[in-house]
Amino acid sequence: MALIRNGALARDSFKNAAGRSELPDHGAVLVGLDQWREHRDPLLRRGERIGLLLLSDQHPEAIAADVHYFDLIALEFPGFRDGRAYSYARLLRERFKFTGELRAVGDVLLEQLHYMHRVGFNSFDLDSRQPLEEWKTAAGEFSVWYQPTADGRATATELRHWRNNQLRASAI
Amino acid sequence: MYRYDEFDQDLVNERVEQFRRQVARRLNGELNEDQFKPLRLMNGLYLQLHAYMLRINVPYGCLSSRQLRTLAHIARVYDKGFGHFTTRQNLQFNWVKLEDIPDVLAALAEVEMHCIQSSGNCIRNITSDQYAGRAKDELEDPRVFCEIIRQWYTLHPEFAYLPRKFKIAVTGSPNDRAAVQVHDIGLRMHLNSSGEPGFEVIVGGGQGRTPHIGKTIRDWLPEEHLLSYLEAILRVYNLYGRRDNIYKARIKILVNHLGIKEFRRQVAEEWEYIKDGALHIPDEEFARINAYFAPPAYERLDDLGQELNGLRETTDEFDAWMQSNVAEHKVAGYAIVNLSLKGPDRPPGDLTADQMDAVADLADRYSFGELRVNHRQNLVFVDVKQSELKELWGKLKALGLATANIGYASDMICCPGLDYCALANARSIPIAEQITERFEDLKHLHAIGDLTINISGCVNACGHHHVGNIGILGVDKKGEEYYQFTLGGSSNQNASLGDRTGPGFSADDAAGAVETIVNTYLNVRHNGEPFLDTYRRVGMAPFKEALYGTD
Amino acid sequence: MQQMVIANALRDGLVVFLTANGRWVNAIADGAVASDTDRAQRLADIALEAEQRCQVIGPELIEIELKDGLRQPVHIREAIRANGPIVRGHPGESGEGHGT
Ligand code: SF4
Repeated sequence: MALIRNGALARDSFKNAAGRSELPDHGAVLVGLDQWREHRDPLLRRGERIGLLLLSDQHPEAIAADVHYFDLIALEFPGFRDGRAYSYARLLRERFKFTGELRAVGDVLLEQLHYMHRVGFNSFDLDSRQPLEEWKTAAGEFSVWYQPTADGRATATELRHWRNNQLRASAI
Repeated sequence: MYRYDEFDQDLVNERVEQFRRQVARRLNGELNEDQFKPLRLMNGLYLQLHAYMLRINVPYGCLSSRQLRTLAHIARVYDKGFGHFTTRQNLQFNWVKLEDIPDVLAALAEVEMHCIQSSGNCIRNITSDQYAGRAKDELEDPRVFCEIIRQWYTLHPEFAYLPRKFKIAVTGSPNDRAAVQVHDIGLRMHLNSSGEPGFEVIVGGGQGRTPHIGKTIRDWLPEEHLLSYLEAILRVYNLYGRRDNIYKARIKILVNHLGIKEFRRQVAEEWEYIKDGALHIPDEEFARINAYFAPPAYERLDDLGQELNGLRETTDEFDAWMQSNVAEHKVAGYAIVNLSLKGPDRPPGDLTADQMDAVADLADRYSFGELRVNHRQNLVFVDVKQSELKELWGKLKALGLATANIGYASDMICCPGLDYCALANARSIPIAEQITERFEDLKHLHAIGDLTINISGCVNACGHHHVGNIGILGVDKKGEEYYQFTLGGSSNQNASLGDRTGPGFSADDAAGAVETIVNTYLNVRHNGEPFLDTYRRVGMAPFKEALYGTD
Repeated sequence: MQQMVIANALRDGLVVFLTANGRWVNAIADGAVASDTDRAQRLADIALEAEQRCQVIGPELIEIELKDGLRQPVHIREAIRANGPIVRGHPGESGEGHGT
């Protein structure tokens, strides 16, 4: 497994404790939704970075009020065909204003990075021999976007109107 | 017609290169079939019984002569010289090689065509009224909205892995020629009480294994909110549609499970958040797209009336063709001409490469270089001068495309069935051939009048059998092909699903059963009453009796 | 019971049959026929390996019989696969499919 974060190879500093009964004594930790609910106070008292793993049937609405506590939210793709996390990612970014690391984990295929990136993921757990090259290929595959999403890039429609206004302005 | 600008073109070119890399990865073994399958499907590439099949989008059925020539070229060079038009107004090639696909896609991209999302669990090619922009009964041109929606769903990052495929249809006129009530989302334009145009939004219609007529989720939606409302529906579906069972994954199941009221509430809640956001469609965007669909340079003409009647009297065949294949145009002196792809010589919806080239030439000569594909698998010239109808008829006849049967018994919808399709249970093309033979007599065909016969080779219902006045469904009965019949289906503005007649018929008896049904109708119909009205009046009983006897 | 392995070739998608020495051919007459389960299993194993090597897609064992001295799949679906579509107006298809 390799981690790509913000377009570069990165080290995963979070200990994955999701689903485990014991939490590590110190250090950044990744917990599941149940653990968060149960150990919320002790986790906050530790004063360390907290990551949350949401499974594909766990709607982020459940933690909408808590997003500012998390440095990392990992959304699970149990199989690449399960596309719920694409919606979750947009909701986290656009509605719940989550600004930390949003990581795609599970069955994450090269072919899907482009879509994931567009809905707001900025890190990817890749099962790959050449993760960085793959990421670069996937990220550079398209230069045109029709849909406004959380990644904030200008859509084709916006660019068209911007261009038309430029043309109009230069004509005067 | 819409034309790509550099943005649209770049995106399609980039997609070609992306798929070229994916095909290379498949060919060198980096991707196995399981991993490759969803990728190829999202580029319209299937593996059928005999070979790969490529499905090319014809967005809302609009095609230029230039595009058709490219299709002819592809048919010749990469296929076996023909293509097949489908009920999604698309074109399929049946014999393309995987290693050639990137080149085929590149050739398509040169004429602003692509296969993006023509399959897979994503939003499919949007369909519409084949008379869009030309019909007398239309409120506004639906192509403008179709194009805006097309751009919105193309490579939509959130909705690329939906629970199941998703189909949208739009009609701008009260007379529904786009079957909007049997789509995942159907949009029907109408005026509200203050006379402003907007859309009735219909959701959860569909065919397949569990057919449903869609339900109205919103009676009137302002045009400017179209995209945000669609996005709200899609998001609720993406989050809550079932993913554990592919037979229960379509939105119709979710709508039925929640009930339309609850579904409406969830969509409304979602919509509240996004309605006035970035998806709001500004007037200038409508204006920009509208400009592409400006009417062609019509001449100032009068309707021909008398003169045309005179011409019709001279030739029975021409008269019959005028009766069934030619429709009214909103501009005086012009007419809409349907080209029948249901002649006796070829499977329904098929066109050879030579015919494609010839049709492209005729489109240039007689109809401003444009044509349409309708969901009944025929082609349409939408801008023909009335004074040139007779001449055009002669040329179409020479091509075998002037069979006077549009809307009649031999104008069947017919899916590829077991002759090609890997999912099929039974063949459909030979059944269509047999039915065609029984209704070869033009006088008889016209005497029967409006009658839709729709044939599918399996429950997936690509042949729309549920909404055929006579629906025929191929099933596998202990290794043998059998055909179940339904009566009374319709996909027009008063859509209905057909009722099962009873036990099925063998391949040898199916065409005979159609004839029995038609004869029964002729016996009990009131003067001038179309089949559907008769069926709705008299019900199943007389047909059942004729098909199965009294005991 | 007589069985053969049918599949689609990866590169062109065409229907292919497995031969005794592990090659894939378009003509049903050239494929290997297994008349007992052991042999059928051996063919199936070779086919599976070919699938993993991305040579063919979806190999499966099918039952065949002799009709007028020619091999024919028993099930109609496979018969159509072997013989090509029997459709009027498709030049080159009718009666001389690539599978025969
Ligand atoms: S209805 Fe069935 S047989 Fe016909 S094309 Fe669709 S999947 Fe194939």
